[in-house]
Formats: sequence, structure tokens, C-alpha cells
Amino acid sequence: MEEKKAVPGFDKLVVASSPHIRAVETVDRLMWQVIIALMPAAVVSVYFFGLRALVLMLVGIASAVLTEALVEKALKKEITIADGSAALTGLLLAFNVPANAPWWMVAVGAAFAIAVVKQTFGGLGANFVNPALAARAFMLAAWPQHMTGKFPVPLDSITAATPLAILKGTATGTLPSYLDLFIGNVGGVLGETSALALLVGGAYLIWQKVIDWRTPAGFIGTVAVLTWIFGGKGGLFTGDPLHHVLAGGLILGAFFMATDYVTSPITPKGRLIFGIGCGFITVLIRLWGGYPEGVSYSILLMNLVVPFLDRWTLPRVYGVTRARA
Amino acid sequence: MELRTFLGGVHPAPSKERTAGSPIQAAPLPKRVVIPLAQGGAPCDPLVNKGDAVLAGQKIGESKAFVSAPVHASISGKVVGIETCLLPTGREAPAVIIEGDGADTWVDSAGSTLEELSVESLRALIREAGLVGMGGAMFPTHVKVSPPPGKSFDSVIINGAECEPYLTCDQRLMVEEPGKIILGLKAWLKVTGAKRGYIGIENNKPEAISALKKAAAGEKDMEVVPLLTKYPQGSEKQLIKAILGREVPSGGLPVDAGALVQNVGTTYALATAIETGRPLVERVVTVTGTPVKNPQNLRVRIGTLVSDLLSYCGLEGEVGKIISGGPMMGIALPTADVPVIKGTSGILLLTPEEAAIPPERPCIRCGRCVDACPIGLIPTFLDQFCRKEIWDLAEEYHVQDCIECGSCAYVCPSKRHLVPALRLGKAEVLARRRRK
Repeated sequence: MEEKKAVPGFDKLVVASSPHIRAVETVDRLMWQVIIALMPAAVVSVYFFGLRALVLMLVGIASAVLTEALVEKALKKEITIADGSAALTGLLLAFNVPANAPWWMVAVGAAFAIAVVKQTFGGLGANFVNPALAARAFMLAAWPQHMTGKFPVPLDSITAATPLAILKGTATGTLPSYLDLFIGNVGGVLGETSALALLVGGAYLIWQKVIDWRTPAGFIGTVAVLTWIFGGKGGLFTGDPLHHVLAGGLILGAFFMATDYVTSPITPKGRLIFGIGCGFITVLIRLWGGYPEGVSYSILLMNLVVPFLDRWTLPRVYGVTRARA
Repeated sequence: MELRTFLGGVHPAPSKERTAGSPIQAAPLPKRVVIPLAQGGAPCDPLVNKGDAVLAGQKIGESKAFVSAPVHASISGKVVGIETCLLPTGREAPAVIIEGDGADTWVDSAGSTLEELSVESLRALIREAGLVGMGGAMFPTHVKVSPPPGKSFDSVIINGAECEPYLTCDQRLMVEEPGKIILGLKAWLKVTGAKRGYIGIENNKPEAISALKKAAAGEKDMEVVPLLTKYPQGSEKQLIKAILGREVPSGGLPVDAGALVQNVGTTYALATAIETGRPLVERVVTVTGTPVKNPQNLRVRIGTLVSDLLSYCGLEGEVGKIISGGPMMGIALPTADVPVIKGTSGILLLTPEEAAIPPERPCIRCGRCVDACPIGLIPTFLDQFCRKEIWDLAEEYHVQDCIECGSCAYVCPSKRHLVPALRLGKAEVLARRRRK
């Protein structure tokens, strides 16, 4: 066409592939949503364990964010600390230490989570195990004296055995009431003690469609059923499932760690099986293993089978009737 | 009753409010039209030469190939050239350029009734009228209604879903011309020998549903089916699943599920061809978007330049993107100097802010694309396979079944460019299959 129409404003047209509209959800928004959902548990933790808890959380976050920035700068990659994923890892790591843990251990743990577990595999989206949990395992091996044994008791300066250790029989003490377990008035690591605060955050994430209900439901449901069947001293079906659900890190792990997108299955069916597998391993460790608690190792072990679960639970493809290869 | 639908899908904002209530208006008669010779199937050979006088409705291009639809002059005037022009599909192809005489003189044509037409003459009429799929694919309709030997249609579905945001051309046709839609459906039933006709409409168009229910009253072999409002409800495969509960086999055609799906615009064009004998030379186009001052549904002659429509509707503020079609599957145009063709359902303008491409981040495996995919694929895996050119895995994970609806990219929080990656992989896998 020889004659070009001069319509003003058409000199900067974007020509790109469909779709031309996008949903508002972003990675940053998802990560900050999870951090917001952890706030009730953080507030309860500071209330029960004092300002020391706040200091450890801030150290964890600062170390994780700083490490992420330094590694990315060293590798000449884009600095992505604003996406909230490093801050989330730092906060979750601090949630996994007792209030009397030394601050430098939290700093080293968070740096390990980011530098070794996350960035060596390529950064966000590329790590195959949960950074905070792998770092917890690292701290448990490196400084067992700070990660096991007696933990600080809420609103007090003394330490005591955790409810799960008492339940297991590896430590002596009185079992706390269900109410104390529910609100978090028990000994334990910073972020795990208050079932109420964690459930509020978890419900928020499910309501906001940030996490899939299948993972925590499969996880907690399996622990409840198996501990009820096998957890009692008086034979089958005499266990105390409520105690097993409320004590320890189950609720924290089920809602906030097992649901980590990067290290859990991508299919809905896979996420349900993942949760059930986590519950199964947790109960194995709690009832018959050497440790009183098994939540973090169960999630780490299940992280390793995620590629298999993804492949095993592929959705049925429209128009394909035969079984897939 | 629970509304029928399909698995997966997304819920983009409908954004139809600016034109949903606007009755269809005729756009001013264009002074000049550019009519591409390839509009459905094989390119046509021109039947006119530079300098020839033509009448509106006169056939100006035809091909000997079976899979090809003829093209017609949409205004009366003089052929001023046959040149290569840019099409809204992004391709360049020869087109007949007609300078109008303003008289809008039509070739003689005679209408008829469906009862008078035999199945054979109806099929010939469909071809002679130049009918193609007006939802965008532009596949020649006379081919679509002729099933290969051994296959047949038992159902015809009118696709009134119009699930693309912003577009309202089908909705307006259903509200304003329900009688013609019913006549068109009867003709589809007659030409295919199918027993049952359905009109599937998303339940966010209650006016269209009631208009068609009224028009279909007393027709025993027809049913208006309200559908859940969800994108891509208007995709052929999803519509067949929702209405008939059947699936088109992977790699197959709708006829393999016994279903013929027809666009509302095509159905209206068939009714027009039966009643007036006039071919497909105009269509309804929704011109809309934030930078459009007077968004509306226009009855537009094929070949009208997009720039003419934009001048008519008026612009305010800067334009960042011009899209032919809807925002989910439409094609971004590099210029407004392209003609409206038979498959142009809408012209959508976006502001520079709306058109900005968000930065792409790494996949965090959130699974939103898996939930959204109406086919049951793992789009993010396919994205990786296609970018790394691992075609065996791409094929094993069914990239060839992707319908390019864009639901995965729409929901992706990492704003990954999933559609171009999968489109590339699909083309590569299908090409490799052909080579084998």
C-alpha cells in the first residue's frame, strides 16, 4: 500500500505473543504472602520467648538476604533479594532453633541455606531440597548441643525437655495440657510451638490460594491416623493423635515447609501423596526412630522423590485414552 | 442444575462492559478495501485485473484446490492493484485493492429458503459464499462440513461461548439476530445430517441465552446450553467436552467425536447467504480497549483498514498495542495499516502500561499452570523441554496437544513466556512426525 496513514501514537507498538493480559499474581507477592502468614507465629514466639526470639529472627533474615545478595553479586547475576524468598528462608530457619541458640549459629545456618543449598543449584526455583530444612539438618550435625536436649520454656528463664521427648520417653517431665500445646505455652523451637498461630497463618494461605490444602491435609491426617493406631503403649488404637499433631513441628512443617513450591510436587495428586509420605516418615521417626521429632527429615526425604512423584502423577491428557509411557 | 464446563481453565476479567450493551452499528462504507486472496485454505487466483470495475459481492478470487474458499469484493468500485500486503495474521500475501465508487452497487443475487435447497446445493452455496471459520482460524467451511469417508456428525454445536475477554461481536449477534442463528443451525443440521443441535453460551450473557431460547422454542432437535463462564470455554475441544461429554482424540478432529462446532458469525453469514444469496463480505468486529474513545460493535466490510476503524471510533491517550482478536489468543499487529479479514473478531487496543511486557523470572514450580491447563499438560515442563530443544521429552509430555490458549501464561506468577515456547515445540514435534 503506497499511502501510509499517519495515526498519532502508533510509533511505539509492542508486538509480542499472546496472551496479552496477565493475572496480577507475582513471585514476590506469593513469597510476601507466606511471610505475612508467619507473622502470628512470630508474634506469639516473641511473647513467649522474649526479645531474644525477635533478635534471632532478624539475624536469620539479615544473614539470608545478605548472603543471597553477595552470592548473586559474585556470580554477576541479577540481585533478587526483593522477591522475599531469601527473607522467607531466613525466617523459617530462625523458626527452627530454640530461643537460647547463639545468634552466630543462626547467621551461619541461614548463610548455608542460601549459599550452599539454594544458590549452588542455580538460585530460586532450582534447589531440590528445602533450604531452611537442609540448613537445620546441617546445624543439628554441627552444633547438636544447641539443637537438641532441653529447650527454653515460655515466659521463664529455665529450660526443659520438649513435649515430644517426654511423649517418646527419652526425657522425663510432665506432659503439657492440650490447651498449652494449642496456644504455644510449651518448650520448643521458636516458630513451632503455637498451633493456633500457625493454623491462622496456614488457613490464610489456603484461603488466598497460595498453598494447596492437599499437602498439609495429607501430612497431618497421616500422622494423626498412624499415631492413633501405633502410638499407644496399651496396644493398637490407643495412641494420642491430638498430642502428636499439636506437639513438635508438625503444623509448622505441614503448612509452611512441605508446601514450599520449589521442593514439592507440581501436580495436585502428587502433593497429596507427598503429604502422606511426609506423615508416614514422621511417624516412623517419632515412634521407632532415634529422634523424638521427624518432621524436618521426613520433608527432606520426600523432597528427594519429588521428580518421581511428578512423573507418576501426571494428569490425564485430554483426548488420550491409552496409558502414558 | 450444575452448569456444564471442562477441567482447568482460568478466570480473566471479562472487560466486556464497554461494548456488551452497544447494538451493532454499520461502519462507514470504506473508500478503499484491501482483500487478501488467501482467506481460508489455499490462496485464490485473482479473477480480476487492475482497472476492472467490480460490484459488491462479485467473486474476485478462486482456487481449484478443494481446501480453499473464494473471496469477493466487499464494495463496488475499481480494482487499483493486486499487491502483496501485510495481513493481521502477521503474514504477507497478495491482495486485491479496490477503490470504492461510493455507490455500493451489488451483483444480482436471489435469496431462497432452506426447504428449497438440497443438501448438495446447500454445500455448494457454503463454498460459493466464501464461508470460513470466523472465530479466527478461517478454515473453509465447506470442507469442515464434509466429513471424510466413514465418519459422520451426530451433533452440531454453535459456539456462543465468546470466552475471550473484551469481545462482544458474537454476543450482540445472538441478542439481535437470534432467528438467523437458528436458521443457520438448521442449515448446519441439514447439510451434515446431524440429529441434534446445541447452542453453548456462557452464563454471563443471560440476554443472549434468553433470546436464543425464545427463538429455539418449539424446535425439538435444538437445545440452548448455558455454560460456566470460564476461559477457554469457547475452545472447540473444551466446548465438545462440556456439552457432549466427549473428547476429541489426541491428534484427531472434532468429527472423530461426531461433533461439528460452528462460530456464531459463520452461522449468521450462512443464514444471510441463504436468505439473500449474498456471499460473506462483511462481519461484526468489536473495536475496544482503554485507548478507544467510542468502543463499539461494528458491521465492517471485509478489507476495511484497521486504521479507518480506529479513526472512526476515535482514540484517546497513547496506544501501546493493537491486537487482532481477543487478549488471550489474538495477534499483536505491527501497524494499523492492515485490513479486516474474515477471521477478525475484534480490534483491541491496549495502553503502553497495559502492553508492557513484565520481566520473566525463573519457574518456582507453583503448579498454577498445571491447574489452569485445559488439556492436562505440565506447561512449565514443556517450557523447559522446548527451550532446551529436547523434542523427545516434549513429545512424550504431549506438547502437540497444546491448544495455545494461553491459560498457563496468564496465571504464571513468574510471567514466563510459555506460549511462544510451546508453540515452537508443537510445530517442531509435528514437523518431525511428518518427516518420519
